[in-house]
Amino acid sequence: MSAGVEVRLEGLRRRYGNVIALDGLNLVIQPGELVALLGPSGCGKTTALRLLAGLEEPNAGRVLIDGRDVTRLPASKRDVGMVFQAYSLFPHMTARQNVAFGLQLRRVTGEAARNRAAEVLDLVGLTAQAERYAHQLSGGQQQRVALARALAIQPKVLLLDEPLSALDARVRSRLRDEIRRVQLEVGTTTLFVTHDQEEALAIADRVGVMQAGRLEQLGPPTEVYARPATPFVAEFVGLTNRLPGVVRSGSVEVRGIRLALVQPDTPDGPAIALVRPEAVGVTVNGEGASGPLAGTVIATAFLGATSRVTIDLGDVTVIAQLPTSEVGIVPAGTRVELALRPDPVLLAGIEPAAQSVSGQGSD
Amino acid sequence: MNRARRLRLRLFRTVVLLLFGIFFLVPIAAMFEFSTRGVGVGSERTLSAWTSILSYPELTGAIVHSLELAAITSIAVLVLLLPTMIWVKLRLPRLARFVEFICLLPLTIPAIVLVVGLAPVYVWVTFNFGDSVLTLAFAYVILVLPYAYRSLDAGLSAIDVRTLSEAARSLGAGWGTVMIRIIAPNMSGSLLNAGLLSVALVLGEFTIANLLNYPNLQVEIAMLGRANAGVSIAVAVASLLFAFALLTVLSLAGRTPGRPVNVEEE
Repeated sequence: MSAGVEVRLEGLRRRYGNVIALDGLNLVIQPGELVALLGPSGCGKTTALRLLAGLEEPNAGRVLIDGRDVTRLPASKRDVGMVFQAYSLFPHMTARQNVAFGLQLRRVTGEAARNRAAEVLDLVGLTAQAERYAHQLSGGQQQRVALARALAIQPKVLLLDEPLSALDARVRSRLRDEIRRVQLEVGTTTLFVTHDQEEALAIADRVGVMQAGRLEQLGPPTEVYARPATPFVAEFVGLTNRLPGVVRSGSVEVRGIRLALVQPDTPDGPAIALVRPEAVGVTVNGEGASGPLAGTVIATAFLGATSRVTIDLGDVTVIAQLPTSEVGIVPAGTRVELALRPDPVLLAGIEPAAQSVSGQGSD
Repeated sequence: MNRARRLRLRLFRTVVLLLFGIFFLVPIAAMFEFSTRGVGVGSERTLSAWTSILSYPELTGAIVHSLELAAITSIAVLVLLLPTMIWVKLRLPRLARFVEFICLLPLTIPAIVLVVGLAPVYVWVTFNFGDSVLTLAFAYVILVLPYAYRSLDAGLSAIDVRTLSEAARSLGAGWGTVMIRIIAPNMSGSLLNAGLLSVALVLGEFTIANLLNYPNLQVEIAMLGRANAGVSIAVAVASLLFAFALLTVLSLAGRTPGRPVNVEEE
């Protein structure tokens, strides 16, 4: 199968009327890498993907695939495979015909086309459904055929535009893992666009978090999660508690506890510290619990292996994420004492100079 | 209860069908009756009016011309309208209302008024394209525009044109391939409807052809009517039945073979 090639987006800008959808995006995707662009709707992630696909033209900047400038090349000549958010199978063709369509356009016919179609349908596990039409397939099956169709032409780049968002949760997580498996198997350089952080963190080699047409942070999922570069990333990726505190000489004091700062050069003064739910510890302290970190459990939510506990501290509510086995001892109404893990924290609303980390920033 | 309801529904359908059948067939039967009358009082029934149709070469010529016009018009309007509508839908959505207005405009202009406008244009058309009756196709394309537009619009709204075309383009298809191999097959019903409406309209068109002095089928029938009423009526009946047969054949031929419907969940 096709080995991955490098994809390079240089200073891409795109305007729609007065709206700047993409504001100078720089991104290098290494050969065979899967990069997920993550962000709220309107952040420019889909625009970036469409510019790479050739479905739209940038106002400025360049798109390079395998070192070749394809900025002015139409979509039909770019050799990219694409899976769309909306169901996109051609309704008048069977799954096999859909998969073979791109091959026919490349003058691959007869035996060779049949073999290739069978091969990719097998890759996505739909050999038995090859002769079905789109309306005879479930949503998940349709997206798998769409993936097979995109891969059949052995594209240089695979583009996935929120391919899972129309599916229900169960199918979604299974197909997500399957996409990753297939991508690793064929080794195609892949750009995956999603607004679902769990999806991005689960399958990407690197995650790029976007906001207002710019890349806020690009890095491996663990890094983006554990060391968010900006308050926006901290708040968008994972749940975050906003705790008021006071900055004093390079650290912040939150409810009597001093926490180190990610940016120690922050000027003194009041601030909002961003604390991850899993950095909050809970101990049962009986009725007598008092002090700034004592509070009452008001709700618990079961998430599987972990559970989310909401604690009312009087002036603010805090969310803690705990192993489910520990939650049994803190039903709603329990008085508890919180502990904050002494990780360096980010402050909300502070715009550090290093915010606009660009493409090559953090690998 | 359910069964009684179904029975009543079937009865209702039959009655409606019967009434409409009578409404359409009685005038045709009357025309047929008239066309088989002999000359003079008390003379016998005769098919001479029918058998003599072929002895009028202008008539057979006009039939051929009208069929050619129908074919040219329906193809031309589809070739003109489908790419335009897709382009507007994908690239210039703010022009959609304007294009719709332009396309529906001919519906609001009486044919007689249209001719007043067309007459000077046809001086130019005749100068550039000769005076063949087939140049009527220009006027007819405008005439069928509203019907074709409505039909195609319904077809285009029923499919996700944007996603389908983008999917096809990313697989390497140019715009021509996208139109012919992806969009057209998925709106074959509405393409067929647009074509049938165009054919029916062109075969029955009289006013424009007559006033611009082009001998199409309806004009020839009218002319013949002045010389020989029997033959004229026979041709009128024949052309009605022919149009009916033609439309039936076209719609049967264009029907896509049924696909089994059964969705299986994973």
